[in-house]
Amino acid sequence: MLELRNVYKTFNIGTINEKKALQDLNLRLYPKDFVTVIGGNGAGKSTMLNMIAGVYPIDSGQIIIDGTDMTNKPEYKRAYLLGRVFQDPMRGTAGGMEIQENLAMAYRRGKRRGLSWGIKASEKEIYKEALKMLDLGLENRMTTKVGLLSGGQRQALTLLMATLQKPQLLLLDEHTAALDPKTAKKVLDLTEHLVESQELTALMVTHNMKDAIHIGNRLIMMYDGHVIYDVSGEEKKNLKVDDLLQKFVTASGEEFANDRMMLA
Amino acid sequence: MEGILLATQGAIVQGILWGIMVLGVYITFRVLDFADMTVDGSFALGGAVCATMITKGINPFLAIIVAIFFGVLAGYITGFLHTVFQIPGILAGILTQISLYSINLRIMGRSNLPLLKVDTMFDIVKKGIANLTGITLSSVHTALLIGVILAILVISLLYWFFGTEIGCAIRATGNNEYMVRALGQNTNMTKVFALMISNGLIGLSGALVAMYQGFGDVSMGTGAIVIGLASIVIGEVLFKRFKSFFGKFMSVVLGAIIYRIIVAYVLQMGLTASDLKLLTAIVVAVALALPVLAKYRKGW
Repeated sequence: MLELRNVYKTFNIGTINEKKALQDLNLRLYPKDFVTVIGGNGAGKSTMLNMIAGVYPIDSGQIIIDGTDMTNKPEYKRAYLLGRVFQDPMRGTAGGMEIQENLAMAYRRGKRRGLSWGIKASEKEIYKEALKMLDLGLENRMTTKVGLLSGGQRQALTLLMATLQKPQLLLLDEHTAALDPKTAKKVLDLTEHLVESQELTALMVTHNMKDAIHIGNRLIMMYDGHVIYDVSGEEKKNLKVDDLLQKFVTASGEEFANDRMMLA
Repeated sequence: MEGILLATQGAIVQGILWGIMVLGVYITFRVLDFADMTVDGSFALGGAVCATMITKGINPFLAIIVAIFFGVLAGYITGFLHTVFQIPGILAGILTQISLYSINLRIMGRSNLPLLKVDTMFDIVKKGIANLTGITLSSVHTALLIGVILAILVISLLYWFFGTEIGCAIRATGNNEYMVRALGQNTNMTKVFALMISNGLIGLSGALVAMYQGFGDVSMGTGAIVIGLASIVIGEVLFKRFKSFFGKFMSVVLGAIIYRIIVAYVLQMGLTASDLKLLTAIVVAVALALPVLAKYRKGW
């Protein structure tokens, strides 16, 4: 489904800000894998997702999505395979456009856009049904500008948009980090529901260790630009937060000194 | 009194013809969120191309179409510089604008090209109407008629276009280009496309204004971007209730007309034409500052 082979990426090469973001990253995802990704700040979690999506080119290595070599393809040419939700709720939607217009854009993800209507009347029923599932009452506000929605509502909408056309791979980049705990829970439940009901393959970056353990069938820990721990199945289910911390110390040889991580 | 009335009539006509330019500025400035400085150059380009072709005896209608084409080309060049070479948007526009100054001089062969003794589109339509109906319209009324028809036509076309898939993608690009790329649309393409449409309209407006005023001039576009912004701001403030996309385009053209009426009255009051650029710049600066001042007052 997804294969990362020996991927390297360094930002600001040759400057004082040089940052080796990914170093010999290897990862293989199987169909219907729901993988949670944890790791300290600067471990390369978000960079990995951005490289898969093609936001920046990689320095060396190979990215294969759904059997196609995407290494040198620009972002917009990979989009037909990928559903994406970002940390910033503003990032995944167009605030100045209506809810239904946003959905119509998402409905055409990866398709050629031409001179036929941006929203056809027949599509509106589909959007209404999809919005009902969110249980936020948005199905009655389809012509509301997205900019008027709350962060949580926008994030739920982005999630819906990412899965409106079934993606081969769903990329979730700390998509609940900017939300209050109650809203975060709702969005997370929705995520699980969508991934299960559509049988999606997904990569979810999170800072919350408990979520990382409870959600999905597989967990990977990143450190210094590559995967240092990869666990799935029963072994993953039985993990404790303490185990993860211990794993981090043994695998990286460092104390896990990230407050955000500890408290999560 | 009669002077003022006549001046108002002329101002309305000028406003509509310039209003088509303002629609072009609206597409980049508001829809795409791109401050396009090409405007001054592409407006004069439209005038230069049209005036030169008409004096060479070419059909004025064809001259207008060629002027639009050249405007589209100017927009393409700005877009190319910005997207392919990643030159910052404002600079890309300024580069095109400056080079167009030289190009416009080359096209016309001189800095001012009068359209004496040749028929412009307005003359042809005026004669056509007289032949068909026996009614002889004044030049101002003919221009008004053509201006209104063209403005409605352009607004309708834009309204349709921005409702299509590609039009929606352009609007979304101005909103959130990250999202647009994540949804599989090449945003370089949408940006270049919007710049081409915008400058095509600006070229059209330049051609119409050149024919109306009876000459093409290399400096006729100077300050056009600021006039465009002033018209947009006036239209938006006075016609806040026009919320639909169609309404917004309408309000922009109405803003252009009101701008011209204000200019006409100010001139009647004794200011000279050379004071106008200062006045226009102040109008734009104040209008853009007002929302920010309101924020300060709220204790920001």
